[in-house]
Amino acid sequence: MAFLDKHKAIETHATLLLVLSLLVVSIGGLVQIVPLFYLENTIEEVDGVRPYTPLELAGRDIYIREGCYGCHSQMIRPMRDEVERYGHYSLAAESMYDHPFQWGSKRTGPDLARVGGRYSDEWHQDHFMNAKSVVPESVMPPYGFLFDRVIDGRYIQDVVETHALVGVPYTSDMIENARADFLAQVDPNGDSSGLQSRYGAAAIPNGRDVNVRNFDGQPQLTEADALIAYMQVLGTMVDFSTFIPDASR
Amino acid sequence: MCAKKVTQKPGEVPTTGHSWDGIEEYDNPMPRWWVWVFYATIVWGIGYSIAYPAWPLISGATPGVLGASTRADVAAEIKRFDDANSAIKQALVDADLTTVSANPELMSFAQNAGAAVFRTNCSTCHGSGAAGVAAGGYPNLLDDDWLWGGDIESIHTTITHGIRNTTHPEARYSEMPKFGVDGLLEPQQISEVVEYVLQISGQEHDATLAAAGQTVYLDNCSACHGEAGEGDINQGAPNLSDAIWLYGGSRDDVTYTVVNARFGVMPGWNDKLTEDEIRAVALYVHSRGGGQ
Repeated sequence: MAFLDKHKAIETHATLLLVLSLLVVSIGGLVQIVPLFYLENTIEEVDGVRPYTPLELAGRDIYIREGCYGCHSQMIRPMRDEVERYGHYSLAAESMYDHPFQWGSKRTGPDLARVGGRYSDEWHQDHFMNAKSVVPESVMPPYGFLFDRVIDGRYIQDVVETHALVGVPYTSDMIENARADFLAQVDPNGDSSGLQSRYGAAAIPNGRDVNVRNFDGQPQLTEADALIAYMQVLGTMVDFSTFIPDASR
Repeated sequence: MCAKKVTQKPGEVPTTGHSWDGIEEYDNPMPRWWVWVFYATIVWGIGYSIAYPAWPLISGATPGVLGASTRADVAAEIKRFDDANSAIKQALVDADLTTVSANPELMSFAQNAGAAVFRTNCSTCHGSGAAGVAAGGYPNLLDDDWLWGGDIESIHTTITHGIRNTTHPEARYSEMPKFGVDGLLEPQQISEVVEYVLQISGQEHDATLAAAGQTVYLDNCSACHGEAGEGDINQGAPNLSDAIWLYGGSRDDVTYTVVNARFGVMPGWNDKLTEDEIRAVALYVHSRGGGQ
């Protein structure tokens, strides 16, 4: 057969086989992936979602470093039982500034997509110190060392810049003031107006003010501050009173 | 490379004609059933992509002729349950909380709905049995010792707005001074007042120090905790004369509290729960044993 004869040419030339295989596989990939980049309804427009503050970003890095995603998802699926338990199902817009996203795929612990504001900072402190002290049935390991690891935001500007590089809309103002904002968020007695003017209610349509607190309850700024700040903002950005779901999704 | 062509024996399947190092490949036909299943999956795939959202176009994907939408499905399912309960939920929202217990049907609904809300949202701090965390700062909701009031209206207000949080403007608020950290009391005075607190709570204490501590107590503590240490639910000031301790009642614990103060925070829930859910869980908590 003529077709098989041509096929023989491919099968007997390793390089040609490699190039053509790559071509075929990439067509399959492109067809699935490319539309997600240009389709307007991939990420629906919602009010309130803002880039993470520098402190929250540092907390997110700790979340990734400790592998929290191994046991916790951040993705409430559109099913009644999940919505009843965790709150409104997750929207693509809520993780559009996550690089990479933390959806996870395993729930040894509960979903954390809307954990922000559900518990007090003190609860998070107790829970990170020893989860069993507040939830006796928990199997989460203790993370008390986070409270001993002092951080100073030395490299936080680089982190923010890197996120800007991959498409998070951090302004030059945000990048320049990254370290100042990093420190301002844990100082309830200090001046946080700069931080609020960049990330707070005034800066984001239908947005909320940034939580400015001493998250870990200790005088020094530790990794626990950053991680709790990150916990407390999860899922709290979108104002669902203004959200109208698109039925075709 | 091919040493010699293998000749086909009579009745044998023909080969593909490929030959590598003398190894040849039989050209067996695919089983018929397999081929037909394969064709059937292609037909199914085309039909499926017409019936369900599939092909990407310019501004969105084709919606599919069946109009399938997971979001519409979940919205419809939630609405089905909401509709089924809407009458009784509305009755709960309209009811006077103090008289709900006289209405068995409403009370039964509130108990069950409230238990579900409690397990989902409250048990993480207050424990799955509502007994709190002993000496951990998470109050026991089963006893009749209330920080901010144990009548149904007070419980409802506490759940709605929370305590000392930064997100709810109407949250209950009070702040104990840090008598040690801020230097409001001398170390000696702290030792004395701690002994006095141990005395009024009926614990083992040093009588001499406690006697001196009474003055310190009346000057610094009684405005909130009461002359006799009975506490004040208007300020969330705990009763110091009983055996129930939010952060522990040992000498060390009380000293820590006087030196560093405590600032227990509870989130407000009116942005996460609906009014009927808040009322249900308030009634549930009120009926656990300590409700007033």
